[in-house]
Amino acid sequence: MKRLDVLRNRVLSRAFVFVLPMLLCLGGPAFAAEEGAAAPHGEAAAHGEGGHEKPGDVIMHHILDSDVMAFEPFAEFELPKIVIGGFDISITRHVVFMWLAALILLLVFGYVGSRYKSMSNRQAPTGLANAMESLVEFIRLDVAKSNIGEGYEKHMPYLLTVFFFILLLNLLGLVPYGATATGNINVTLTLAVFTFLITQVAALKAHGVKGYLAHLTAGTHWSLWIIMIPIEVIGLFTKPFALTVRLFANMTAGHIIILSLVFISFILKSYIVAMFVSVPFSIFIYLLEIFVSFLQAFIFTMLSALFIGLAAAHEGHEEGEAAH
Amino acid sequence: MLATGIVFLSGGLLDPNPGLIFWTVVTFLIVLFILKKFAWGPILGALEEREKGIQSSIDRAHTAKEEAEAALRKNTELLARADADAEKIIREGKEYGDKLRSDITRKAQEEASRMIASAKEEIEQEKRRALDELRNEVADLAVKGAEKIIMANLDAEKQKGIVESMIRDLSENRN
Repeated sequence: MKRLDVLRNRVLSRAFVFVLPMLLCLGGPAFAAEEGAAAPHGEAAAHGEGGHEKPGDVIMHHILDSDVMAFEPFAEFELPKIVIGGFDISITRHVVFMWLAALILLLVFGYVGSRYKSMSNRQAPTGLANAMESLVEFIRLDVAKSNIGEGYEKHMPYLLTVFFFILLLNLLGLVPYGATATGNINVTLTLAVFTFLITQVAALKAHGVKGYLAHLTAGTHWSLWIIMIPIEVIGLFTKPFALTVRLFANMTAGHIIILSLVFISFILKSYIVAMFVSVPFSIFIYLLEIFVSFLQAFIFTMLSALFIGLAAAHEGHEEGEAAH
Repeated sequence: MLATGIVFLSGGLLDPNPGLIFWTVVTFLIVLFILKKFAWGPILGALEEREKGIQSSIDRAHTAKEEAEAALRKNTELLARADADAEKIIREGKEYGDKLRSDITRKAQEEASRMIASAKEEIEQEKRRALDELRNEVADLAVKGAEKIIMANLDAEKQKGIVESMIRDLSENRN
């Protein structure tokens, strides 16, 4: 709610800045046009450093990772560059926000965890513990238990961590001066690889090496293997690939849309467009983004659980058939 | 917009960045392990315990309800049986009482009639004995009288008539 208030204040003050000259200069249309032409330059200067940056550059600057923590127009911090053994492992903006998310997660859940430790099972959780419990319970029952089924407990820590981590990264991108680490394909790829590895380990544990390899042939005749095996192998990798691209594209797209809507007014140099198109639509997309942040975190977790469940549950099915 | 598209392709949106991947792995794994130890363990444990607690409470409530119902059924049965028993006892008591009363009455009547019969018999015997005695006495008296009369006046004809009339009188008196 606080975050929303900050946004609303920001948007309202911006709208006020746009409307004020129009009210003052109702008499002279030519003068108003001149004002309109001048104002976007000032805005653009505040956004990009040069003042001659194209809107596309500003948008990409906002979305892409960088080595600078920029708090325009107040300050900028250079982040340290670290190169070890030829590998560039510099701390970037997205790394900083990942750490911020990690810190928030550790603080919140450290607190909640300690509350649960000190609580007897007859006590009901209150406050933050209660709020988090509803999310944890949701992941436990509706995501893990219904998709993985038996033995879901040992995947719970991963699913919970990935859900809250992605959720927090998504939401941090909506904070002023924030950056969306999940809008970076490297981050989403890494998370998807975790899911992939867990899925494969679960499949190997459930089927054994022989069953795992047999699964690659999809149970067809050996003469078809030359076609089936490549298809199945590709199939293995499409799942994490889909996870990667879905999260990355969703988070990136929302930000591009918000920024594009804002820049429409600068490109068309019109207060009317700003008032009736840019601001309302970007507010709408912003609210949608809050929803999408939850949705994408949920979908990533849900699909991870589903893939793990599919990999592990298949064996039970075969066993059932063998028993018949 | 065209410029945006060009930047989109060339601006490195899909650029691999090993450093970021490395930091993602490190951060995520650290968060995962710390949270697993300090948060997920206690939270999930508490949730499961509570779930089990609720389930066992429900089970206990069900068994308690069944037990209560069974006890109620048993009580009703006992009560019905006790009612039937009481009724039976009262009925038997009444029957016994009636029977006893009629027995006693009958016995008393029998006794009374028996006593009446024996009393009558005794009276009869006494009467008979008294009559016999009376007869003997009368005969003696008659003999003594006759003796005296004979002694006084031995007029055979006259005396004979006197004796006869006296005997006749006696027999009339008797009857």
